[in-house]
Amino acid sequence: MSWTTADPMVSLKDVHKSFGELKVLNGVSLDVMKGDVICIIGPSGSGKSTLIRCINALNDIQQGSILVEGQEVNDPKVDKLELRKKVGMVFQQYNLFPHKTALQNVMMAPVRVLKQDKVKVEEVARALIKKVRLEGKENAYPGELSGGQQQRVAIARSLAMQPDVILFDEVTAALDPETVGEVLQTIKDLAEDGMTCILVTHEMAFAREVADHIYFTDRGVIVEHGPPETFFQNAQDPRTKEFLSQIL
Amino acid sequence: MEMVYEWFRTLYQETGINLPFLYDEYDRNRMIDGLFTTIKLSLVCLFFSIIIGVIGAWLQGSSFKWTRRFVSVYIQLFRNTPPLVQLYFFYFAIGTLLPRVENDWGGQSPIFGSFAWAAISLSFFAGAFNVEIFRSGIEAVPKSTVEAAEALGFSKLQIYRDITLPLAFRVVLPALNNNLVNLVKTTTLAYAIAVPEMLYEANQIWSDNVNVTEMMVFLLLAYFVLVGILVSGMNRWERAMKIPGYG
Repeated sequence: MSWTTADPMVSLKDVHKSFGELKVLNGVSLDVMKGDVICIIGPSGSGKSTLIRCINALNDIQQGSILVEGQEVNDPKVDKLELRKKVGMVFQQYNLFPHKTALQNVMMAPVRVLKQDKVKVEEVARALIKKVRLEGKENAYPGELSGGQQQRVAIARSLAMQPDVILFDEVTAALDPETVGEVLQTIKDLAEDGMTCILVTHEMAFAREVADHIYFTDRGVIVEHGPPETFFQNAQDPRTKEFLSQIL
Repeated sequence: MEMVYEWFRTLYQETGINLPFLYDEYDRNRMIDGLFTTIKLSLVCLFFSIIIGVIGAWLQGSSFKWTRRFVSVYIQLFRNTPPLVQLYFFYFAIGTLLPRVENDWGGQSPIFGSFAWAAISLSFFAGAFNVEIFRSGIEAVPKSTVEAAEALGFSKLQIYRDITLPLAFRVVLPALNNNLVNLVKTTTLAYAIAVPEMLYEANQIWSDNVNVTEMMVFLLLAYFVLVGILVSGMNRWERAMKIPGYG
């Protein structure tokens, strides 16, 4: 059985995950098609971050199935390198390599992991830095960049691996309000280019604008989901309503 | 140069302050040999103790219980015993158990001479401390940074080599600095197994000239300068490794 673009790019079925006694995910299922932008929202501790961290096997799961382009992730024999070439990730705390410049941060994985030619990688990396609007910051170290700039380098670093899907884990949560915009704009650009994006976010206005589909999670399950228009205007579940009334 | 030598000869004749290695060629050569042996022994031990530290710290992060136990037994053994006893142990216990080889004159000699045993023994001694030092540095590297590398597809070894170690190194440089200073000073113990290092050669000279006081003063200053050079080198390195905007 080979995967085609008509199948979901990422498909979760009845995913269960617990940290010791603590059950974090209680049977989550969702499908993401190629080019989709989905946003996962919900209160803190509802398992959103854990959910997307399972997709690139940073967390393992106890039960259920996660398929990425038809490849089962919940399998001890899974080729993590192959998986991570397909699935990029951007973190809340940027997690850049502090001893490398912005350019080196972007170049490192293609050179070391994919063993690509350094000269070509540099060309691509410079283009990516330009794409995230950081021209001129190539030789700056992460410590010399603002949070928003660091996060955009992190996005460029992820893009350099040419992933098929990118996971965004509350990427604006650590930023001050003024720099949130520049990062969101970068993600919007990506979405418009057709990149498949899975976002965990608290930026409701942004979710409403870019998402094709919104999932609301609480206590490890997906409570409600739907396209943004119906989701935000016509929430059915009382928990969703309560959550939305608190933040909107 | 002759003038300097002459000056020290006159100094001896006039005042009795006897520094023969500054006017007598034979003693001078002994002292220079001693100095170079000390430097060579220090450099060899510095190098191997760092290698042992890096590999040991890597093995300590292993998922195999027995690998971790092996490393911690090694650390305990070498940290909790006196380096002089270790040196004797290697030279007299292990050294005599090893087979002998025929030397150039047709006689039998041990595979390793006293210099090699001193190098091995002191490298393991300082290496044990280096493992602990590197481990503390590795623990200081944020898990999230490692995770980011994992998410980019880096292998465990690549993460250690490209991310963890370079970052840990910067954190541990002051502690490493300390241990390496100690190591250079500990090379004097090699005297006990007749490695012709600086202390040993100084001893030879004071035995011949009965100038213990002068040689002791000289030795003290010589080590002070030698270690001073190492420390300033390490400090310079520390500054060069500093990342703009970090730490």
